[in-house]
Amino acid sequence: MSRAIRFAPLALLLLVVVALVWRLATPSNSTVSSKLEGKSVPAFALPAIVAKPGLSSADLATGKPRIVNVFASWCVPCITEVHVLQELKSRGVLVDGIAVRDTPPDLADFLAHNGDPYERIGSDAESRVQIALGSSGVPESFIVDGHGIIRYQHIGPIEASDAPMIMAKLEQAR
Amino acid sequence: MIAETGLAALWLAAGLAMLQFVLMIGALRTRVDVGRTIRSIAVVQGVLTLIAFAALLLVFARTDLSVALVFENSHSAKPFIYKFAGAWGNHEGSMLLWVTVLSVAGAFFAILSRRTSERTLIAALGAQAALALGFYAFLLIASNPFARLFPAAPEGRGLNPLLQDPGLAFHPPTLYIGYVGLSIAFSLAVGALLTGEVDSRLARAMRPWVLGAWIFLTLGITAGSYWAYYELGWGGYWFWDPVENASLMPWLAATALLHSINVLAARGALKAWTMMLAVIAFSMSMVGTFLVRSGILTSVHAFAIDPERGTFLLALLAIYVGAAFTLFALRGATLKEGAPFELVSRETGLVINNLLLSVILGIVFLGTLYPLFVEAVSGEKLSVGAPYFNSVAGPLALVLALLVGVGPLLRWRHEARPVLKKLTVPALLGVSALVITFIVAPAMGILPRLGLTVAAYLASASILPLVGRNPLRVPLATWGMVAAHFGIAVALTGMAMNAAFTSERLAVIKTGETLSVGPWLVELHGVTPTAGKNWTAIEGEIRATRGQGIVSLKPQTRYFSDPPAETNESAIRTFWNGQLYTVIGKSDPSGGWQVRLWWKPFVTLIWAGGALIGFGGAVALLGRVWRRRRREPDWRERYA
Repeated sequence: MSRAIRFAPLALLLLVVVALVWRLATPSNSTVSSKLEGKSVPAFALPAIVAKPGLSSADLATGKPRIVNVFASWCVPCITEVHVLQELKSRGVLVDGIAVRDTPPDLADFLAHNGDPYERIGSDAESRVQIALGSSGVPESFIVDGHGIIRYQHIGPIEASDAPMIMAKLEQAR
Repeated sequence: MIAETGLAALWLAAGLAMLQFVLMIGALRTRVDVGRTIRSIAVVQGVLTLIAFAALLLVFARTDLSVALVFENSHSAKPFIYKFAGAWGNHEGSMLLWVTVLSVAGAFFAILSRRTSERTLIAALGAQAALALGFYAFLLIASNPFARLFPAAPEGRGLNPLLQDPGLAFHPPTLYIGYVGLSIAFSLAVGALLTGEVDSRLARAMRPWVLGAWIFLTLGITAGSYWAYYELGWGGYWFWDPVENASLMPWLAATALLHSINVLAARGALKAWTMMLAVIAFSMSMVGTFLVRSGILTSVHAFAIDPERGTFLLALLAIYVGAAFTLFALRGATLKEGAPFELVSRETGLVINNLLLSVILGIVFLGTLYPLFVEAVSGEKLSVGAPYFNSVAGPLALVLALLVGVGPLLRWRHEARPVLKKLTVPALLGVSALVITFIVAPAMGILPRLGLTVAAYLASASILPLVGRNPLRVPLATWGMVAAHFGIAVALTGMAMNAAFTSERLAVIKTGETLSVGPWLVELHGVTPTAGKNWTAIEGEIRATRGQGIVSLKPQTRYFSDPPAETNESAIRTFWNGQLYTVIGKSDPSGGWQVRLWWKPFVTLIWAGGALIGFGGAVALLGRVWRRRRREPDWRERYA
């Protein structure tokens, strides 16, 4: 067996490993962007779930850009995110919530423990509005401009490091 | 305390693995006889991992919510069997199961192996310890299953409801025994390359391990295929999904190894190739584990990927496979090929078998990883689907099935008899099947048509090795081979029938309305809500008839609360000539219900064939072990 053949498997392995390392080091752009970016929010009206008003699509076209946060009390990343949202709220950002498949006691508990940055919270018991918004998981956030048009979709929790980017997007949506 | 006991057992096992590896290095350098010590260490290591795994089962059984893994994956309201199965239905638990199988296989190998020389055995046990060491490190550093949660949670977060199925309880362990059982072949190949003792003795030592792992892989894949078929509610039995391919690739390599190892055992030939296959088979197991566990293929959300774990597993993969390949490159030249053989011989038949299986393996490997590479290079997202695999691997598999009928009839070294004459009857049966398909179904696709042709031929050709022999004199291994090859024909029939004759209906109907599918007239008789321990459901009652008698099926759509999810529980009725498969979906505003129906003639033959293939392997293993027991002295006698 010639030398070249004996070393061929090793060379092949090296190639595969290099490609996989490359792939691991540069995570693909896994943000599945919403087809609704640039379009109006689909019409919906969600009932209240805790002691604050529910949320309808009409509430989103009030002349000011705002964040619509799709979240749930059973979602662990949402806990870290809610602190960032509160920070944004303290800077004057308007945040509305869509609580997915939640119950009043669980949600009240979640807000009491982790803080409550929301102006309004609509209860999306069967994920209908979530799906209509093109959101596939929690948490996700949408930046909606003053005319009720979706400007940006953020998949996954908004981390503290995302805050400047979110502020910039809100500024653009003004 | 239970969790800490498990963790301590893992650390101890890791320490012993280190010791086992160091002893091996020392023994190879100094020729000191440490066989007995190293065997004992391997056994104790296996027992320690069993203790760790038992500890994990115990914290799950008791729903100990101070353990983070239990909180993440269990729930006090979950049925007991799924609490148990939940222990390995997650990343950390399944990796612990992986390591447990690895070490226990090593322990069994230490106890049972008598065939190899003591030096090769020590080298193999050292290699096995090196493998275990890396995966212990992975568990202890990057995936600790016993991590505590403080303060303890009041309630767990459930288990993916898709996985709440009896299939889950047995499918992963079966598959893992197969995956990881191949590690023995890997370690033996590495050990033999280290000592230079690549010979038929080694092949006979390796064969039962390969056969055993292969049986579990075969049964695991067959069971997994049936699980996906009834649980996912899509009516398909194989989706060429990366996770499925991850289990198919080791199976293809192990199947090739299973055949080439016979050449090495009987004729001392194909040394380098067989060692290569032994390395590749377990490497494919590791590739599969990497693909599934790194999240590299299934990432939809950024936070689902865990780069640390992915990098760790990739590093282990690169080190082990790289070391084995380097050893092969350095020692390959010293391997003297065994007895020569002529063009028409069983050796040639098995070489062709190996070539075809390797090409199919290459096709599946390429198809599974190609999207990753394209995305890495061009950023373009694409997926390689069933059309590629079916149209490229399908014809090759048919050619292979054709040759399966010929190979066992050939003699070792040189075949001078007119073998093709023996195949007259099978060939005629195949041609008749082909003619019948043209008469019955002129519009049938080319692959299913050829599939039925080859299946009819192979069903008869596969039993030829028994013809004209006294059944009592035929070795069990031959019986096993015949059963497995006949199983291929059975499974092929099922696949071709399913591809050619399945009828499907998807419609929205109101209760009381009827639909037809295949020979069946189906009525949606009623829809009622129902509930289980941790789910609520909509249950449809479907009444079906094909002339005489009425059968009733009750498919459900289940809603789970923790975490919220929805699953379709299909209702399937099996008849001698096929399955009626029903799924109920959502209602529409006008009061109708989505109903999905399939009539799948002879589809069950697919899994019956798979089970028969595995059964054949078991019979062959029994034959090999039994024969060996009569011939070989016990290793303990050597020390006596």
